[in-house]
Amino acid sequence: MDRREFTKLLGATGLALVPGKAAASDPHPHARKVDGIGVLVDTTLCIGCRKCEWACNQSNNLPEQPLSSFENKSAFTSNRRPDAAHYTVVNESRPDGEPIWAKVQCMHCQDPACASACIVTAFDKRDDGVVAYDASRCMGCRYCIVSCPFQIPAYEYDNALTPQVRKCTFCLERLDEGRAPACVSICPVECLTYGRRDELIALAHRKIARNPDRYIDHVYGEHEVGGTSWLYLSSVPMTELDFPELGDAPVPCVTETIQHSIFKNFVPPLALYAFLGQIMWLTRDREQDAEAEGSDAVATQAVRDQGGTTL
Amino acid sequence: MIKAAPVQRKFLTPGVYVLLSIVLIGVFFAVRRFLFGIGAISNLNDQYPWGIWIAIDVASGVALAAGGFTTAALAHIFHRHRYEALVRPALLTALLGYTFVALGLLVDLGRFYNIWHPLMPSMWSGHSVLFEVGICVMFYLTVLYIEFMPVVVERFMGRVALPGWLAHFKGVVEFLLRLFDRTLGRVMALFIIAGVLLSCLHQSSLGALMVIVPYKMHPLWHTPILPLLFLMSAIAVGFPMVIVESIWAARTFGRKPEMHLLSSLGKTVSVLLFVYFSFKVGDMIIRGTVPWLFQPGLESFMFVLEMVGGVILPGAMLLSSRIRHSAPHLLAAALLVVFGVVLNRINVFLVAYKPLYATERYFPAIGEIAVTAGLIATLILVYRLMVTVFPVMAVETESDRSVEEWAHDVETKRADQRMSVPRGNTAVTQRRDS
Repeated sequence: MDRREFTKLLGATGLALVPGKAAASDPHPHARKVDGIGVLVDTTLCIGCRKCEWACNQSNNLPEQPLSSFENKSAFTSNRRPDAAHYTVVNESRPDGEPIWAKVQCMHCQDPACASACIVTAFDKRDDGVVAYDASRCMGCRYCIVSCPFQIPAYEYDNALTPQVRKCTFCLERLDEGRAPACVSICPVECLTYGRRDELIALAHRKIARNPDRYIDHVYGEHEVGGTSWLYLSSVPMTELDFPELGDAPVPCVTETIQHSIFKNFVPPLALYAFLGQIMWLTRDREQDAEAEGSDAVATQAVRDQGGTTL
Repeated sequence: MIKAAPVQRKFLTPGVYVLLSIVLIGVFFAVRRFLFGIGAISNLNDQYPWGIWIAIDVASGVALAAGGFTTAALAHIFHRHRYEALVRPALLTALLGYTFVALGLLVDLGRFYNIWHPLMPSMWSGHSVLFEVGICVMFYLTVLYIEFMPVVVERFMGRVALPGWLAHFKGVVEFLLRLFDRTLGRVMALFIIAGVLLSCLHQSSLGALMVIVPYKMHPLWHTPILPLLFLMSAIAVGFPMVIVESIWAARTFGRKPEMHLLSSLGKTVSVLLFVYFSFKVGDMIIRGTVPWLFQPGLESFMFVLEMVGGVILPGAMLLSSRIRHSAPHLLAAALLVVFGVVLNRINVFLVAYKPLYATERYFPAIGEIAVTAGLIATLILVYRLMVTVFPVMAVETESDRSVEEWAHDVETKRADQRMSVPRGNTAVTQRRDS
């Protein structure tokens, strides 16, 4: 039984204050039909040159290292993760003995958990598809990092006063100038294709159809957690390249359904307020009737009632 | 109508010195955090962005402050007036608890100076569970201070004495106190209900926080009914906190605990615990997570410890009338409930949380433990100070006063007040008088 069914069940058994039907027919109110830009990564073409890492550092003013230092293949001995100083990393996997390289960065989800989680809307899924971060709003609670299903956002833990959440920016400034992201521009083997997400998905499926031996029949990111702007083609399941195995439901679904049910037009909170006020009024004259032990059962029942009506 | 008075005890005792030194160690690490960053004193990293500052200072702190709203609901909404002796201590605990949640957050938040941002309409985030928690906690903290104002009025109205140049403000302060005295009683009921409502909302939402991480949480704890479980466990731990606090305060200040009241609260708690337990078990059966119990490992161990030690054992103990009427046994059972809820919050936020690319398990650094311990020590000291300044603790006479005497006192006092000019006390009196 998946979570959505369970939520439905809760509604059906009367535990949810708002009728469960309304919640279940509206699977994720937050989801927007964003058809923006994306990047298709064809892992079968990647040669592991790590030039994208270098270009990313350049474009985003991250600590610079000479291009030659990226030719060091010892980086592949361990599985690296993006961090506050590296928005993208290339990892090597050998599921069948032969090396396969896969670039890792923010996936720019269609329905991003970070944006749903953020307490001050510091994360925004823009209409062009970019998940952008605004440090001036951020209060540094790091709930975005907790919520990310890809474990991408990183934090500047050693910055005492103005730490930021760091992750792939999709090279926003370059996009505004009409240029492709730095990693895409530098890729020498055209492993990265930048374009409209819907066109990239069509392209990916054409590639699979043309070369069914070269690719598995799955575009990673087409449906995962409701879809992502970054899409992957590969010869083996992406989970073998150490990508997470994820379902199709957007991660914020359940919380937002709960949240929007509890606060549906503020009716449930106001109803609870009125209900408590009612009890206060009705019991006002019995205050001296508090028999020694007998009153406990009533109090218990009443406290439990509160619990039962608030989900 | 509560007969409460400031506690007449020496403030500095050996225990206080111990607490003060814990505070100083905490301050040392907190200063380092503000100079060198969160990373300098904590084991927090991109795998584990949340540590004990969230699991203990915030999540457990909020849960353990639930005594404030459960006693307020019991005494003022359900009008069980015999419990009024417990309301003020519980209110003070809640007030300090939430204040320290906010203080603790200042250490944990990377940009602590932006903590007010959720109040800005331009940054409101209706989808965010954390936004709801934040807003509700801010409002509830305000409500708690308003609920505490009558105590301040009772203590200082007509006897404001300000030192030095502050003495110029004496008139203003007196005026404000009289204003509060005249107005608060009439509207207090609205705030009391609001306090209960806000508590129900954010206690449950704290649980909803972790619903968003299905892929990172152990199935023994991850369930869409986490908000309901959090609310139920908060309600269940409210009275045990009042019990612990009353027995403990009675012991420290050499008084007799209000055993009549506490043991009947204990009975309620056992019912609440078993309701909670049945929901927990029902959820596990429905979702088919029972087999995870038999997977050896830290998670299943912690889960069993939490459920057996923190729910089943105290629930069973509190069924026994003999245990409920003995102060040490009742204290032990109540402490187990508190332990169970704290362990539950730690389990949900830390033990169950498994990053996708974890290289090592999180364990709090010395600095994190020191800051948390420092906050708790400060809270205890401020509580101690507050009860010596304000009339919070119920007055104890020579003999152990019975419930009937209490009720009689309350009634007499109220009759007096009906005849004389209304004086600021608690809300309910004022409501009835007005």
